Amino acid sequence: MPSLNYASPTTVNEAVSLLAGAPGLAKVLSGGTDLLVQLRSGRVRPELIVDTKRLPGLIGIREEDGGFVIGAATPGAMLEAHEGLKRVYPGVVEAMDLIGSQQIQGRASLAGNLCNASPAADSVPAMIAAGAVAVVAGPDGRREVPVEQIPTGPGRTSLARGELVLEFRLPPRPARASDAYLRFIPRTEMDIAVVGCGVAVALNAQGVCTQARVSLGAVAPVPLLVSAGAEALVGSRLDDAALARLDAAAQAACQPITDKRGTIEYRTKVAGVLARRAAAIAFQRAQGR
Amino acid sequence: MSKHHVTTTINGEPVEFLCETQETMLDVLRNTLNLTGSKEGCASGDCGACSVICDGALVCSCLMLGVEADGRAITTVEGIAEGDELHPVQRKFLEHAALQCGFCTPGLIVATKALLDENPNPTEEEARYWLAGNLCRCTGYDKILAAVMDAAAEMRGESRA
Repeated sequence: MPSLNYASPTTVNEAVSLLAGAPGLAKVLSGGTDLLVQLRSGRVRPELIVDTKRLPGLIGIREEDGGFVIGAATPGAMLEAHEGLKRVYPGVVEAMDLIGSQQIQGRASLAGNLCNASPAADSVPAMIAAGAVAVVAGPDGRREVPVEQIPTGPGRTSLARGELVLEFRLPPRPARASDAYLRFIPRTEMDIAVVGCGVAVALNAQGVCTQARVSLGAVAPVPLLVSAGAEALVGSRLDDAALARLDAAAQAACQPITDKRGTIEYRTKVAGVLARRAAAIAFQRAQGR
Repeated sequence: MSKHHVTTTINGEPVEFLCETQETMLDVLRNTLNLTGSKEGCASGDCGACSVICDGALVCSCLMLGVEADGRAITTVEGIAEGDELHPVQRKFLEHAALQCGFCTPGLIVATKALLDENPNPTEEEARYWLAGNLCRCTGYDKILAAVMDAAAEMRGESRA
């Protein structure tokens, strides 16, 4: 086996230099729950692994300016244990919590889930619905990228050579606003999404939806931001007509494949149903805030 | 690249070892340190037979590089008993016959210890969800759950009828 190097930098500049300067493939290691499986199977053959977990701020959650900043390598178990985050962004926390077992939750991270770029990644539609922004560091400095702009295809991202995600920013959330994420799998635990759907809504004092974001996973090469789904909800109190429009918009956005988890027709139908149900949960939560 | 020199703590004892980058923590435990209690079932994070506690978090040692252990504290199944005294979880697994072939048992013991450290009074449903990443192909899980719930009750100082 050719030699595989490992570095555990303690500054962002060092991490970027290592990633940018490696002559061959360099991979970022956060929780490693995807990377180590791929290393073992030979699907990826990097010459350098850059472990991000000793970079300052990469593990941890802090409240800032009314929003939340989540370090890129923060394990899922820490999100689940954070009462403040769970209260304001329950959809993001429940999406991350659906990923794998307790053992996986001990290591798996939002950045890993995003940059592994599986179309079925559970946390990604929830982050997209929540309006999460990734802070990316690279050779040209830092930039802020809406999460939906990072995946470009199965296993591919828009990150350039030498770039890595440092943290995610969840914006301040007004009163009467919340989110929800639902995943359909044929059992109750430990499976990959047939369809996933994240919905975030903000309501006014009369309970009318003033803002919405809808995102679907596992129905296209990348998780989708479904603007027509949001338009179906804005101005409504989630009446039957709005739900029917949302269902239709979600189905219209789907470009799924048929595989062992579900057919094109099945995934499309389920996307509409999940969107309705996730919207109903998000509305109910928003009314309670 | 020369091997990494790793300084870590395993079961409360300072340990140093050398490893290649691609060696997992499980490889190091079993092949270098002769701590063969942790088992390799799937080597892909699905079965939980290699479960260890790393800095308080339950993880699969097959999904962790050995080099990542530097400066961390790791508990393996070998560190659960206190000397010759079995941990209540271990004792209850024996009492309830919560094992047949025994291959999954070390991982289940470690995972149960981690559960009860965090939640001394789990519902059976919570225990089942927590242990969903520990696969057992022999028992059907009912005896495992009985052992877990009984161990939890004993550790809380309750006796179960």
